Amino acid sequence: MLDKVTRQEGLRELPELTLESDSRDYLARAARQAQAYDKYELIVDIDGHLHEGRFWGELLDYCENEVLRRDGKWLLKDGQNLPLVNVAMGMIFQAMQGRVSHQTGPREGVEDPAKHGHPFVQIVRRSIDSMGIDYQIVFPTAMLLLGLNPMPDIEIELSYAYCRWLTERILPDDKRILALGYLPFHSPEDCEKIVRKYADNPQITGFTICAARHAPVHDNMYMRLYRLLEEIGKPLAFHAGPNWDDPSFKTLNRFVSMHALTFPHYNMIHLTNWVINALPERFPKLKVIWVESGLAWVPYLMQRLDHEVLLRQNEAPGLKRRPSEYMREMYYTSQPLERFDLDLLKSTMTAINAETQLLYASDWPHWDFDTPGSITTLPFLSDQAKRNILGLNAARLFNLPVKRVRPRTEDVIAKRLQELGG
Amino acid sequence: MTDVVVGKVSEFGDPGRKVVDVRGKEIGIFQLDKTFYAYHNSCPHMDGPVCQGIVLPLTTEDVDPETCKGLGRGFSKKHTNIVCPWHGMEFDIRTGEHPTDAQFRLRKIPVRVEKDLVYVTV
Ligand code: FES
Repeated sequence: MLDKVTRQEGLRELPELTLESDSRDYLARAARQAQAYDKYELIVDIDGHLHEGRFWGELLDYCENEVLRRDGKWLLKDGQNLPLVNVAMGMIFQAMQGRVSHQTGPREGVEDPAKHGHPFVQIVRRSIDSMGIDYQIVFPTAMLLLGLNPMPDIEIELSYAYCRWLTERILPDDKRILALGYLPFHSPEDCEKIVRKYADNPQITGFTICAARHAPVHDNMYMRLYRLLEEIGKPLAFHAGPNWDDPSFKTLNRFVSMHALTFPHYNMIHLTNWVINALPERFPKLKVIWVESGLAWVPYLMQRLDHEVLLRQNEAPGLKRRPSEYMREMYYTSQPLERFDLDLLKSTMTAINAETQLLYASDWPHWDFDTPGSITTLPFLSDQAKRNILGLNAARLFNLPVKRVRPRTEDVIAKRLQELGG
Repeated sequence: MTDVVVGKVSEFGDPGRKVVDVRGKEIGIFQLDKTFYAYHNSCPHMDGPVCQGIVLPLTTEDVDPETCKGLGRGFSKKHTNIVCPWHGMEFDIRTGEHPTDAQFRLRKIPVRVEKDLVYVTV
């Protein structure tokens, strides 16, 4: 028997999601998913991105070089979106031409910054509350390709400016937002200066090198930097990125092909140099993280390097163990998790010791972001493995307290419904 | 089972769409060529709000049957898709199926029109 109801009763219309949508509405279904892991003690997102484009003028104010500061501000006024940044403006296809609008956003409004914090902070808070995340490590999206900038002074200037903007304007407004110090790998001396400057900042949980670059990570000029990082005990992350300008990739005629290959490509090159030159033997206490290239490439590289190195030991004489054994002690972030073949994913997770070495990353608000549900819904992981990947491994690596600081999911959902008048 | 009125036919464009939350159940209702279709607002990929994305024709790529040369991409005149706003998966509004792998499909909900009112059964 049908129970007829009218549309006035209990019916709420949901809008199309656009560039202007509020992160909480975009992620409303993620908040529902979060109910399933609400009991977990700690959820840490290793890699969140909020586009700094909206705040680029603020960031440029921190450029110490007066010429670059003036150039950047002038170009901004002249209508350039991200002055000084080497991104080919006509070739930004990440948002799938309107299909995935959060990629280019968010353009949502915020509340009074004097009461609620910097707009950047407010928007991050909305997304991490919705996804049920305690801490998020934010990464400078606009600076992903600076390692390929033909003007090295720009990378150096912007790295100082970014670190200052973050630590002076953003991080003080919310202890749940963490960051990695940006290292201008063009200049080892400046990298060292930045590491020293932020070594004691508890919200700078480590340091990052943008991997899309043509630099030999094993070069002797970097050894002092690695020693310093090892001494201060904070990890070093290699953050992958896309690059269509590399000659090999120029034959790829679709963004999807370039995106699929370039992210793991740069991490594979740096990891190969890292292992073959026995850097894990030289810096046994330095923790290294490979970020945003998914996981499928790792077992491939383990097998490939083991095979070659066991035959050609004379070219990698510093190694005391197989390459895969060193790789199994490194850390990897989960996103974008290749999960369309669960058997392969399960083998991959076994190969990398996911239970202790894998760190959940959302990559929100990018088009290939993953909610924590990408981990909790994996049928082959134990409950403890899920807890580790979602937060406990990160707590160990970054020295974070295992103490819930996120609001209860139920409250997040109820509050938003109330705001929407539902 | 409950029959719910989600609006008058005249409130829908053609192609048109409305997404509603009925006591916690989210449903997308689409009108295409005077026919209505309804699906759960849950993407088979990662449970994203699939019905709240943009509506677009299917992208196609024709190949010359004799020379096998690609003729470039175009938009289909026959197939219209709903695009999931979380990661971009597309589903044919008429069948609910992903164009490449039909194992990814939207979950259907019964929908009918009676005296200019659109009903879904939840
Ligand atoms: S959740 Fe819909 S495409 Fe991923």
